[in-house]
Amino acid sequence: MKGRDIISIRDLKKEEIELVFSVADSMVDIALGKKESNALEHKILATLFFEPSTRTKMSFESAMLRLGGRCIGFSDIGATSVAKGENLHDTVRVVESYSDAMVIRHPKEGAARYAAEISEKPVINAGDGSGEHPTQTLLDLYTMKKAMGGIAGKNVLLVGDLKYGRTVHSLARALSLFGAGIFLISPRELEMPEEVKKEINIEAEGERIEDHIREADVIYVTRIQKERFPDPAEYAKLSGRYRIDSKLLEMAKKECIVMHPLPRVEEIAYDVDSTEHAWYFREAFNGIPVRMALLSLIMGVVE
Amino acid sequence: MRELKIEAIRNGTVIDHITAGTALKVLSILEVDPEATISLAMNVSSRKYGKKDILKIENMELNEDDVDRIALIAPHATINIIRGGEKVKKFKVELPDTIKGIVRCMNPGCISNVSNEPVERVFYVIDKKTPILKCKYCGREMSEFLDYIL
Repeated sequence: MKGRDIISIRDLKKEEIELVFSVADSMVDIALGKKESNALEHKILATLFFEPSTRTKMSFESAMLRLGGRCIGFSDIGATSVAKGENLHDTVRVVESYSDAMVIRHPKEGAARYAAEISEKPVINAGDGSGEHPTQTLLDLYTMKKAMGGIAGKNVLLVGDLKYGRTVHSLARALSLFGAGIFLISPRELEMPEEVKKEINIEAEGERIEDHIREADVIYVTRIQKERFPDPAEYAKLSGRYRIDSKLLEMAKKECIVMHPLPRVEEIAYDVDSTEHAWYFREAFNGIPVRMALLSLIMGVVE
Repeated sequence: MRELKIEAIRNGTVIDHITAGTALKVLSILEVDPEATISLAMNVSSRKYGKKDILKIENMELNEDDVDRIALIAPHATINIIRGGEKVKKFKVELPDTIKGIVRCMNPGCISNVSNEPVERVFYVIDKKTPILKCKYCGREMSEFLDYIL
């Protein structure tokens, strides 16, 4: 995968995703700080964050630093040439000459693919507009695989905003590729769009978690985003709709895991944190070995 | 009878089998010399499609780019090139697999619509019949084009 751009999860073949996972497994001890590595010594990763995202940026930086590499970048365009009117094209051309790979987050859809076309160096998409966020999808799949031993034949409940949350669209497609059964749980107003539905293995669709929680191997909860609703009353009505707490989880299988891309607002009660079901913080940690694996593969230090 | 509805031309292009009612749209996207003589027939009966429009443009021969533009709104159109009263070339419009620089993406949030980026508008033709285009950058699928022709 040396030199590859990671723009959409759909650009990756199943075998390539599996390769990322097996490399990620070998990175866990380094990610935990138990083992040292200089695999990416003298390599520089540029992080171009045209939109703030402390978490994604920090996890890429942590992944790079754990492997002995270095990072440069920005997350506040006010302090860059962009504020002086420089376009994305020129920013990418300049930054590629400063680095070995770049991670980009940009408000415009398709910006990462455009950047990848301009840059000779590999580009990783860390979110473009309401578009793709492939490393989130990879770490979600990796987490499920680690928790359950495999993904094929497992029942995954996708809960919450299935309409606007486009990372959940990528996840649903990837889950289908790996043979999971998908249960769509959302208010009618926030249903999964038809064009995604026709591409995925849907087991059931509904509005209530209670109807399918007993069958669930994974409950994947997404945040209902406030900024999607012009009417605050409408938001208030929907946002409290799905709240996972330890009482509700009594209905679930003992080994059922609860995941969330974070940040959570009120979708998961704090009393879930101390249960065996809580996997969202492990999910966040898994972002490190998965990103370490990707960086090593695209920079060609692992084959 | 059909032939008599509009006069035959000696030199130029006849576009036949235009989707009925869209000849004016077709004309609006062709860069025709404003001085050119143009005859237009709409809702003419057609054995194949029931009704069709026909456009005859004198002293202008369409090139491939023009044909691509037409194909988006009149996918069944046939182009006849006339020289000295003779039909010298006849071809059907056909959409290529990719379309470059003809339409812009309908998604206002797409990077290809950012005015200060030197980005070429590229679409994959995912359905040649309907037709449906998919933006190379944001992935938005489009089946309405008139308002987006560059």
